[in-house]
Amino acid sequence: MEKMPKWADVVLIPIISLLLATILSAIVILAIGENPVEAVNLMVTGALGSTYGWGYTLYYATNFIFTGLAVAVAFHARLFNIGGEGQAMLGGLGVAIVCLSVPWPHWTIALLAACAASMIFGAAWAAIPAYLQAKRGSHIVITTIMFNFIAAAFLNYMLVNVMRPQGSQDPATARFPEAVHLPTFQSMFSSAENIVFRGAPANISFFVAILACIVVWALIWRTRLGYEIRAYGHSETGAVYAGISPVRITIIAMLISGALAGMMAINNVMGEAERLVLNSTEGAGFIGIAVALMGRSHPFGVFLAAILFGFLYQGGAELALWTSIPRELIVVIQALVILFTGALDNMVRMPLEKIFLSFRKGAE
Amino acid sequence: MTLMKSLMGAAAAVALTAGAALAEPALIFDLGGKFDKSFNEAAHNGASRWAEETGGTYREIEMQSEAQREQALRRFAEAGSNPIITMGFGMADPLAAVAADYPDTTFVVVDVTWLDAPNLRQVGFAEHEGSYLVGMMAAMASKTGTVGFIGGMDVPLIRHFGCGYAQGAKAVNPDINVVANMTGTTPAAWNDPVKGSELTKAQISQGADVVYAAAGGTGVGVLQTAADEGILSIGVDSNQNHLHPGKVLTSMLKRVDVAVYEAMKAGEDVETGVFVMGLSEDGVGYAMDENNAPLVSDDMKAAVDKARQDIIDGNVSVVSYYENDSCPALQF
Repeated sequence: MEKMPKWADVVLIPIISLLLATILSAIVILAIGENPVEAVNLMVTGALGSTYGWGYTLYYATNFIFTGLAVAVAFHARLFNIGGEGQAMLGGLGVAIVCLSVPWPHWTIALLAACAASMIFGAAWAAIPAYLQAKRGSHIVITTIMFNFIAAAFLNYMLVNVMRPQGSQDPATARFPEAVHLPTFQSMFSSAENIVFRGAPANISFFVAILACIVVWALIWRTRLGYEIRAYGHSETGAVYAGISPVRITIIAMLISGALAGMMAINNVMGEAERLVLNSTEGAGFIGIAVALMGRSHPFGVFLAAILFGFLYQGGAELALWTSIPRELIVVIQALVILFTGALDNMVRMPLEKIFLSFRKGAE
Repeated sequence: MTLMKSLMGAAAAVALTAGAALAEPALIFDLGGKFDKSFNEAAHNGASRWAEETGGTYREIEMQSEAQREQALRRFAEAGSNPIITMGFGMADPLAAVAADYPDTTFVVVDVTWLDAPNLRQVGFAEHEGSYLVGMMAAMASKTGTVGFIGGMDVPLIRHFGCGYAQGAKAVNPDINVVANMTGTTPAAWNDPVKGSELTKAQISQGADVVYAAAGGTGVGVLQTAADEGILSIGVDSNQNHLHPGKVLTSMLKRVDVAVYEAMKAGEDVETGVFVMGLSEDGVGYAMDENNAPLVSDDMKAAVDKARQDIIDGNVSVVSYYENDSCPALQF
């Protein structure tokens, strides 16, 4: 028997959690002598109050959808891929190589090629930890996090010594040619008299991310491979008994995971920066873990959680721009929201369940 | 009641600052943050000095992500801030994209000299010349014949520092051994005093008895360990001699504070163009005060001052790492 109706589980708990986080954040802001109402107002209008704000919110969300999906797919096979950061870095390298080395006639073809390259590079970076886990039993958490550092060092070497244009002191590649620039929301949705999403980095890869959500959903719940991944995740011995090869599933799940993390590069490298900079991933690989946990490893949940994180990033940026709230405190506010919505779920759930149970008793 | 009052007071303050936003200068710190004890903090000091002297106010933001660079530039420009002062080579590309859209706003950028825009003031520093001088002092103070260099993130700018340092050391003692290490390859390398401390110990075990830290906040750990282990260290950007009196040989000064202060003082009419601040402009130099006076002999000082004059006069030329992306005196 369900303890409480489904709508309460899906709607009420997140809203109450968000409310609690907002109240606690307000106390923190009040304690340093700033106006909490003003701050919340700034965050909400800054991130959601204009097409410009949405343009940034959705840009960040696109990154988090890809890395969140990456963690979610691996999680279905009970593999904890915390190497999304490194896989996304390598994906960026793949995108940069493809965009700079071939004179693409049109962005559509370039986007397909860049998607393929980012997936291959990201998957390749996940392949070694996957092999070590499957064949040698080296724990995937340790190997994937180590590979983040190797990726950072490798990218640094490539940018400082190989791909940096002569004379530039900035460790970054040259700008990608005009033909491979992805259409931004501004160019897609603006009309001559009404310019929307002005200057915002959100671009067509947001729709690629939505497509990826649907594909991942279909893969996990509508294909034989997805069934095998889930079966392996639920019980390894059960899966072996059913004739599922643990080696094969571990490697395939990690390859898909790495490919999804790598695909983030079409948004931040090809869509936004239009060149590869050293610090291009900025922790999105790690945020992906929180996004996947909060989204319960379901593509739709990942999508919603990614939007929430995008809101926090853009709202935080607006706070930093227009108030004197120090950036460390902005991180605290962001962390409070994550803590309440992600980690402290049971704190809200249990009292709420009790309330619903007592209602039901009253009705009987 | 009191709560309500403070709320309304805060709202009024917000409204006031919003009203006064016209032609206020703005300062954009790089990812290291305002209090990195080094590059960004120097900018903060310059801005605070201007604010204290003139009673003026300015907007500021510390970058948290790469996507914010262009965002902050545009938002400040649209809010009427002028001039907009930005820190670090990471701003070069965003500025190249944004500056032309706001022809009436003057942008100032520190550590960038290679852009082309009419409303842009680019301030670079001849860090290799200042590093050359402290490299000479390191070589003269070293008894073991080995000196160390600890850089922050492995980027061309820091190699530029290390290259000048090695050339200075080799000018004094051609046989000197220069040990160079970089802290890391991610932005975290600017703020990792623990790693800085480990690298210092590693360099000591290789015989180094003077270490030069060009590593932002990481340098705090380098200077601390050097003082603990009884060797000499050299600070960077700001005068760090006071951190460990009698243990810090000198500091390589890079007057970012002066660059920011002067840009704010000149206000909207700040002169645009490319400005490289070297030894002759006192943009770089070495620090002398009561904390390191006992460490620097008159001979050392005389030799370094002579080299300084020689570089200004063009009799000695210090090779810049940027010229052909390599260093004659040090292999990275």
